[in-house]
Amino acid sequence: MSALRFQLRAPPPQRLDCSALTPDRLRGVSLAEIARLPLQTTRAALSVGDVFTIAAGDAGDIVIAGGSPLMDDIGAGMTAGTITIEGEVGIRAGHGMRGGRLRITGNAGPYAATGLLGGEIEIGGDAGDFLGAPGAGEPAGMAGGVVVVRGSAGARAADRLRRGVIVIEGDSGDTPASRMLAGTLVICGRAGAAPGYLMRRGTMFAQHATPLATFSATGSVDHVFRALLARALAPLSAKAATLIGGAALARFSGDLAGLGKGELLIAAAA
Amino acid sequence: MPGMNEAGMIEAGMIVNGVRIDESFAEAFDMRGTALIITADTPAWAETAAVSLTGFATSIIACGVEAGIDARLSPEETPDGRPGVRVLLFAGSTGELQKQLQNRVGQCVLTSPGAACYAGLAGIEPLKLGDALRYFADGFQISKRFGGRRFWRLPVMDGEFVCEGTTGLTKSAVGGGNLLLMGKSVAATRHAAETAVAAMAAVAGAIMPFPGGIVRSGSKVGSKYKGLVASTNDAYCPTLRGLAASALEADIASVLEIVIDGLTPEAVAEAMRVGLAAACALGPEAGVARIGAGNYGGKLGKHHFHLKDLMP
Repeated sequence: MSALRFQLRAPPPQRLDCSALTPDRLRGVSLAEIARLPLQTTRAALSVGDVFTIAAGDAGDIVIAGGSPLMDDIGAGMTAGTITIEGEVGIRAGHGMRGGRLRITGNAGPYAATGLLGGEIEIGGDAGDFLGAPGAGEPAGMAGGVVVVRGSAGARAADRLRRGVIVIEGDSGDTPASRMLAGTLVICGRAGAAPGYLMRRGTMFAQHATPLATFSATGSVDHVFRALLARALAPLSAKAATLIGGAALARFSGDLAGLGKGELLIAAAA
Repeated sequence: MPGMNEAGMIEAGMIVNGVRIDESFAEAFDMRGTALIITADTPAWAETAAVSLTGFATSIIACGVEAGIDARLSPEETPDGRPGVRVLLFAGSTGELQKQLQNRVGQCVLTSPGAACYAGLAGIEPLKLGDALRYFADGFQISKRFGGRRFWRLPVMDGEFVCEGTTGLTKSAVGGGNLLLMGKSVAATRHAAETAVAAMAAVAGAIMPFPGGIVRSGSKVGSKYKGLVASTNDAYCPTLRGLAASALEADIASVLEIVIDGLTPEAVAEAMRVGLAAACALGPEAGVARIGAGNYGGKLGKHHFHLKDLMP
């Protein structure tokens, strides 16, 4: 059975709450009912049928053709199935997702993967600021699952990351892994300034990074765990597997301005 | 030729390649089992850690657990891409297995240079591995969860000890499969036992926990002395012919036993089948003249492995 397909009619006139367009919420719902689902975030009413043309298909496999930076909360809370967005998306893509696979071929806005608990998110383009970071009032960021960004990410990636793995195949903005609690961030390119700022625990890999003075060099121990992680990530990101499982990495422990039990593993420390 | 049937009566069996096969069966019991994969930088160090972990683990009568090496693994077969060894452990209860697992991994794998330890079985219930040993790191332990599995990283003096959080438990394990090899000389009997064990070692999911896979002191239930639950199997001791009710004919000079534990009844049966074939192939002069199996009349153990069903 082919995918349930949504085709964007035109650029939306307002920000859209797309959290209704998940396999969990559309399974067993008729096309007419889907068309009536509200998407608006302002007082001007806007339904799915106003924004998209819909082609019937398997609700467990949703394709949204034609993205927009105004399409927010794509895949929010999904637990199973797949969503593919052929284009870019707005803020909070994959918010609170528990399972399944969310694939975005274009860029994603800020707070992608916030509150992620499980499943897999792939962002074909760049991710905005606060990738996997906690939303307002939330004590911790992403707490499970895997995120792979084929491009680069903005500032504060993996802020207060609690659990799970984030891979950025390109570069990251400033203060990646800030206030990290646990989990793993992999930056296959260059990490921005102040990596691991106030991180408590957790692991950040980077090809290039300049540790803060509050990180202590602890040698270049060849960790067995690197081999385990490289094998686990190889199907998702060859670049990450190469960095993690490759040559010995310099290890820095910190941030000693805080708890100091985090680690930076850097191929080329400047 | 003589052999014990379920009523304890001696009855005729068959002859294969000149070797007399008793009309008898091995009586085996349900056990709790688990498996581990131990890796290290070299095959020799993986072997060392595994040998240490499975040491003093011949019988649950006094060792708490029965354990042995199941297989040597190539780097492609292990989680971390290093050479490894798969070991199996069996106990009478889940609690005892958990206790032994924790003690043995803690004292023999955690301590071994470069070693790491992973689950070797996806069982019905988890048994704590790194989840229990992590406290050794005194607060410096690091948890990593990916690919649906949790790993603990414990800082140690040579770097890190990586240990999976849990391994699996099976309640379908079987302990006590056995073969009694009876030969015309000590040397020929030992040679047959060594040959059988070497062949049986290739069977996946089964181990022979005794020294070199062989027991020379088979036991019977009970003793004339209070407090002893088992004592020498006088019916199969060549020197006790005439003093005790002997099960041995005049041409038998030595008896050795091979005990088998397996993760499944099928693994135990396959190991016995392979061992029987290897021992029979030697013939009665180079190997043993007679093969039997130990049982308690069939009333104690749930699993009965009849030799006639396992013949090559």
